[in-house]
Amino acid sequence: MPEPTTPDQRPAEPVKPAAGPVRPESRPSAEPQGKPEVAPEPAPAPAPAPGPAAPTTGRERLIGALRKPSRAQAIVAVLLAVVGFAAVTQVRANEVDDSYAGLREQDLIDVLNGLAGTTQRAQSEIAHLETTRRDLQSSTDARQAALAQAQDRADTLAIMAGLVPVTGPGIRITVTEDTAPVSVDTMLDTIQELRAAGAEAMQINGKVRIVAQSSVEEAVGGISVDGTLLRSPYVIDVIGEPHTLTGGMTFLEGPRAQFEEDGQTVKIDELQSLDIESTVQPKQPQYAQPDTSQ
Amino acid sequence: MIAALGLLVGILLGLWFRPDVPLGLEPYLPIAVVASMDAVFGGLRAYLDGIFDDKVFVVSFFSNVVIAAAIVYLGDKLGVGGQLSTGVIVVLGIRIFSNVAAIRRHLFHA
Repeated sequence: MPEPTTPDQRPAEPVKPAAGPVRPESRPSAEPQGKPEVAPEPAPAPAPAPGPAAPTTGRERLIGALRKPSRAQAIVAVLLAVVGFAAVTQVRANEVDDSYAGLREQDLIDVLNGLAGTTQRAQSEIAHLETTRRDLQSSTDARQAALAQAQDRADTLAIMAGLVPVTGPGIRITVTEDTAPVSVDTMLDTIQELRAAGAEAMQINGKVRIVAQSSVEEAVGGISVDGTLLRSPYVIDVIGEPHTLTGGMTFLEGPRAQFEEDGQTVKIDELQSLDIESTVQPKQPQYAQPDTSQ
Repeated sequence: MIAALGLLVGILLGLWFRPDVPLGLEPYLPIAVVASMDAVFGGLRAYLDGIFDDKVFVVSFFSNVVIAAAIVYLGDKLGVGGQLSTGVIVVLGIRIFSNVAAIRRHLFHA
């Protein structure tokens, strides 16, 4: 390195001179090859200087080193190879090795402490999440209960208002006019008695559902219920407890006796299952409004 | 150039052979690597200063590695291996930083 310098030569042959002089230096065996190159050109000989000459600044020195191998560089290369090898090995071992075989006692204790802390944190998190889950479940349960209750209520109201077809045990009353037409009073009495006996749904002739707003009027050729003309025979389907309903019809001086007195034949069938298909269209109340003050 | 190639070759060899670190050396290899990095940066700085000497470099390289490993080994025997290796790493890290600062001044004049 500490060779004298002739900077003037540099611009002429920056690369070759650098390579030329080095070879003999780093590889004595290569001299025979290197010399022939050098021989033809006298310039290269002094040229070696450019590298060392530049050394005035570190940057030039580094550039020179990159262009011009030397024996020292070979040694450095070997050591750097060792460093690179060891570093890669260590990195790999660090990445791959997940066993604790090579750790010190203190390290193992630290690892254990860390794991214990992590476990504790995880457990508290589990407890926290479980609490949240319980809260959510109970609120879900409450919501579902409220929903079921509301659904039950809606079903009950729909049946009472006659909005949905219903099915269930009950009786079928067939009133046939023999000698006289059915009177409105008797029909109203019948409906009232059936309601008193616990009728839950009623329809007449499979056409008209009897609800709270139903009205019964006399009409030409029969009876008009809710504006629908019904004729004999009148078939009244009633859902409720069959025996009670039958009892409500047949007691002394009851509706059956009244019908027969008026001159009609009454036939009562107790059925285990009865379908009431007719419904009424819900009507928006025009005048009545819910009183929220209570 | 050769030096850079040497580093590359070493890395490639490490990737190629995938050697297993002997159990006994496992705590010392990282220290040795950091110590050798310190030696390498010191050598680069010396080179840029123009006072590089390959003999010095080789000797400092090995002595650095050996002393660092020895300190940690001693610490292991005394029961303070973890702390001592931390200390060694801190010292070497400081040296590496100062060396790199000098190198930076040389290369970028800043």
